[in-house]
Amino acid sequence: MSKATTSTPSVTPTLSVRNLRTHFFTKEGVAKAVDGVDFDVAPGEILGLVGESGSGKTVTGFSILGLIDPPGRIVEGSSIKVGGEELTTASPQRLRAIRGAEVAMIFQDPMMTLNPVLRVDTQMIETVQAHLNVGRAEALARARAALVQVGIASPDERLRSYPHQFSGGMRQRVAIAIALLHKPKLIVADEPTTALDVTIQGQILYEAQRLCRDSGTSMIWVTHDLAVVAGLADRIAVMYAGRIVETGRTADVIERPLHPYTKGLIGSVPSQNTRGHKLTQIPGMTPSLLKLPPGCSFKARCPIAIDKCNTMPDLVEHRPGHFARCWRAGEAAAA
Amino acid sequence: MTAAGGPILSLRSVTKRFTQKVDLAGKIANSLGAKVRETVVQAVSDVDLDIAEGEVVGLVGESGCGKSTLGRIVAGIMPQTTGTMTWRGKDVGAMHGSERRAWQLAVQMIFQDPYASLNPRLRVSEIVGEAPRVHGLVSRGAQGKYVADMLDQVGLDGAYATRYPHQFSGGQRQRIGIARALAVKPSFIVCDEAVAALDVSIQAQVLNLFMELRQRLGLTYLFISHNLAVVEHLSDRVAIMYLGRIVEVARAEELFARPNHPYTQALLAEVPTLDAARRTYKPISGELPSPLDPPPGCAFHPRCPHAFDRCKAERPALKEVAPGHISACHLNG
Repeated sequence: MSKATTSTPSVTPTLSVRNLRTHFFTKEGVAKAVDGVDFDVAPGEILGLVGESGSGKTVTGFSILGLIDPPGRIVEGSSIKVGGEELTTASPQRLRAIRGAEVAMIFQDPMMTLNPVLRVDTQMIETVQAHLNVGRAEALARARAALVQVGIASPDERLRSYPHQFSGGMRQRVAIAIALLHKPKLIVADEPTTALDVTIQGQILYEAQRLCRDSGTSMIWVTHDLAVVAGLADRIAVMYAGRIVETGRTADVIERPLHPYTKGLIGSVPSQNTRGHKLTQIPGMTPSLLKLPPGCSFKARCPIAIDKCNTMPDLVEHRPGHFARCWRAGEAAAA
Repeated sequence: MTAAGGPILSLRSVTKRFTQKVDLAGKIANSLGAKVRETVVQAVSDVDLDIAEGEVVGLVGESGCGKSTLGRIVAGIMPQTTGTMTWRGKDVGAMHGSERRAWQLAVQMIFQDPYASLNPRLRVSEIVGEAPRVHGLVSRGAQGKYVADMLDQVGLDGAYATRYPHQFSGGQRQRIGIARALAVKPSFIVCDEAVAALDVSIQAQVLNLFMELRQRLGLTYLFISHNLAVVEHLSDRVAIMYLGRIVEVARAEELFARPNHPYTQALLAEVPTLDAARRTYKPISGELPSPLDPPPGCAFHPRCPHAFDRCKAERPALKEVAPGHISACHLNG
């Protein structure tokens, strides 16, 4: 859709997504959940993919792993390359080989990853042997090492337990350990700390950060909470109604946001600076993807919308590496 | 405690125990010599708290710390096992008849999940209008107008009254939950994680609504949340709970500027902030211990970086460390 790319030059990206369009062909019409998304993730880089419910952030993550079920599908012309290999045209067998080994996923609810009726060791050995021709003892040793890596104390005892014997934070660690088993190039984490307490969230963020730094794994951290990725991600991409509306280095996006939606999101985060004041609120709510208005999808809620907003703006580079999809990017909100 | 005049609500040594009796299988096992005993969870232990009229008190803690149970006790949904709760100077346990009903109406609750807390088979007119009609606040004929007023107060169009809950978004449903609570003219509202399930931009709308209603109607809130940023934004005073006990209470500015208890300090350190400076997370280790088997002494000692021998043996009492700032930690002497 837009010609702009958001890559960091000179490094071959781990993941390169071009013109990704994932549409859901429902009885009521075509819901364009993801509609023309471009981004790159460099080795060892953490990209924060931020958006509200219905913005398409989760569908983007699922598309990368080929987890889109009918009536949804990735529309032709989309491209997802991991380590240079095109995934949208890969055979189901090839996709299965890639999933878990090169690209792994961490879900919001760890019980989506874990089978409640199998012991943790059984599940982890199964995962190891799915991609590697190794014996049980070797697989168990790898499983144990993965649990140690995510900071689980007494891993031998934990391996013999069932998921229900774990607390929420512990389950999420096990899910992360399973994602790490094959030392993937890329991990897609879909709101992995939303259901957890702050202290446990802090522990998980700590492990994630350490992991990317130490092993060069790239990560996409999908979340609705800008505050979570502010301290974690190298770059942030903000999604709205199926499109990236702003992307750039974390410091640029948080401190000098260009798009009015990003500004609104930042203003709605409560903190000590906002004590006693009204929070900036974005009026209205996210539009239905079935009947998106022509032009900029944010214009109905935008404080600085003009006539020109009836045509869709491109994602334009306003500062080095800092892109926004807005005709009036960077202008102070009049409201 | 802070405002002039007595507190609107005060709790003294409030404790809530949940007991699971020995079931049939257990009794049979016992007759064969096994020692199956009742399991007792002490969800709330010895809580003292005063809330002044017009005050917003934030109650913070991790899941399983008993904050929701305490909220339910305050809202009158669940009786405490021991201890006393007084409402405007009167013991709630000794209230009867119209006095008790007045208290029940005066304290209302807003729940976390706007999807689960509204009856899907009732129209909004009934969800919001039923309680005031039953309690004689409004006649059947005037109910429509009354519901429209209530909806207007929470920023919803009065025409929505004929719709069902599934026709609304999450933020709108939470507004219906708020309208329902307001419909019986309460003076005290318990919000149990009332914005936790909402998107950030919608959360901001609802938080602003809470502030606006507080000013307009002079409401008192007990705001229960695990989200410290939300609590800091909204509260006058904050109480931190850990494993059933309140470990620190202070005015919000004081607590966030000078946290005294090591647990509070750890919690504050974990709050994600909109600070783009890349930070290294230094998490506190471990998890909330099981309330079935709380650690002896200070419940926080297994996770505390400053723990010493006394913490393992003796439970610290809440002591005043600064005016209006109490904390339960042996480090304070």
